[in-house]
Amino acid sequence: MLQHYGPQLINLFAAVLLLLSFAMLTQRRIMSLINLFAAQGLVLCLSTALVAWLTGQTHLYGSAALTLALKVVALPWILHMLIRRLNVKWDVETLINIPTMMLVGIVLVILAFNLALPISQLAGTVTRSTLGIALASVLLSFLMMITRSKAVPQVIGFLSMENGLFFAATGAVYGMPMVVELGVALDVLVGALILGIFMFQIRERFDSVDTRHLEKLKEH
Amino acid sequence: MSAGSIPGLVAQLAVLAAAVLLAPMLSGWVNQCRAWLQNRSAPGLLQPYRVLTKLFNKEVVLAHNASPLFRSAPYVIFGCLALAAAIVPKVGTDLPLNAAADAIALVGLLALARLFIALAGMDIGTAFGTLGARREMLVGFLAEPALLMVLFTASLISHSTSLATIVQTLAHRELVIYPSMAFAGVAFTMVSLAENARIPIDNPSTHLELTMIHEAMVLEYSGRHLALIEWAASLKLFVYSCMGLALFFPFGVAERGDWVGLLVAMPVLAVKLAVGGFLLALIETLSAKMRIFRAPEFLATAFLLAVLAMLVHVLLEGG
Repeated sequence: MLQHYGPQLINLFAAVLLLLSFAMLTQRRIMSLINLFAAQGLVLCLSTALVAWLTGQTHLYGSAALTLALKVVALPWILHMLIRRLNVKWDVETLINIPTMMLVGIVLVILAFNLALPISQLAGTVTRSTLGIALASVLLSFLMMITRSKAVPQVIGFLSMENGLFFAATGAVYGMPMVVELGVALDVLVGALILGIFMFQIRERFDSVDTRHLEKLKEH
Repeated sequence: MSAGSIPGLVAQLAVLAAAVLLAPMLSGWVNQCRAWLQNRSAPGLLQPYRVLTKLFNKEVVLAHNASPLFRSAPYVIFGCLALAAAIVPKVGTDLPLNAAADAIALVGLLALARLFIALAGMDIGTAFGTLGARREMLVGFLAEPALLMVLFTASLISHSTSLATIVQTLAHRELVIYPSMAFAGVAFTMVSLAENARIPIDNPSTHLELTMIHEAMVLEYSGRHLALIEWAASLKLFVYSCMGLALFFPFGVAERGDWVGLLVAMPVLAVKLAVGGFLLALIETLSAKMRIFRAPEFLATAFLLAVLAMLVHVLLEGG
């Protein structure tokens, strides 16, 4: 039964992942942004566990557990703590208005789908058609990073990009070796912590976490 | 029970009469749920009928400069929506009028009703009417492409723009999960909230704010004209609910030539509508009304999701 609906369910998870990427791109409120990020982590965890079950690749269960611990629990908690400490709960302004951003987003999705279509036709995995979606969500996170001016959404964009890459790895080649995955997970965790400290420094210096202020750091 | 035969015609007329008569009850149910969720004492389920009776018994007051268009618009609007309520597949896919249930024709029918209500809003020349009509057209021109895209996504799956065929395909085959329909479902929910003047876009229970859209257009109506417009608004909610159910939860709809199935399908539809109405009340309670200038953004998101649904269909479901 599940064997039959498994691939369809993976496609559904992929679609939800893309939906969440778009929701993050258009979200103004920073608290909702973190919740969406946690939801994205949860979908990623579920789809990884499903791929593991369908293909019998037991090491993917480890990845799923790692995703759950890191991206659903630890990172959102760190981010929540960060915005509480920084006291930056207000709405996030975007550099270009949201309808324009959505149109750019849809162009990116078409680009990603076009790029992925020939590649996925060569692949023989259960999850081959999800590559386009993984690529699209990486590009959307990238777009989110470059269209936000505050530091916290940029960090969330960075973390969400990692989600997309992870999904691409699971979809294309059933996940990376465990050592690599552990390394990447640690990198992301440490990255988030360092960026957190970095944000405190920016605020110390400029009384705001707007990264546009960094442009003033020129030597004259 | 083939299309055009006497029993088919009788069944069609019975379904149409039931739809037109029971549509206000759906509005009553949504209002009741909303009152419960907001800790108010709820009006009865039959409150919309009492309002309609009251309005039908009142005399019509017309402005001096009202044109024949103003007087005839309520009948046209009611006619359009009653026809739409008749052709949307609700309980069976083989009723005579279901052959006319083409997705594009249905959207056109709804657009005709919108055109007349907007013209009637501008006819008297009051500031409120014109303002409401312009806003309605703004919402309409953004919502229509999104609605069409949602319907096209379903058409891509079933290779037909006929709603009856779409329901037939989706309801009576082995269960397949369509990721594209998840996107289309979200888009459709957003469009129907906007089209039915529901809370993120418009507030149906206000007559005083400058933010109103639907109510601003019908301010000049009274008596039986207002009753017909209110009734048409209930029918519109019913049509959109049935369209949503037909596209996304088509289970329990009777197959071709299935008389018993038709009788079973009625309570199934009632249960589905009750659940849908409750969810609508929940959405309305949980969200706040948007500024009018956020409405284009809201509807652009709906359009985008509908386009994504088509793209996802091409990528994941093999086109």
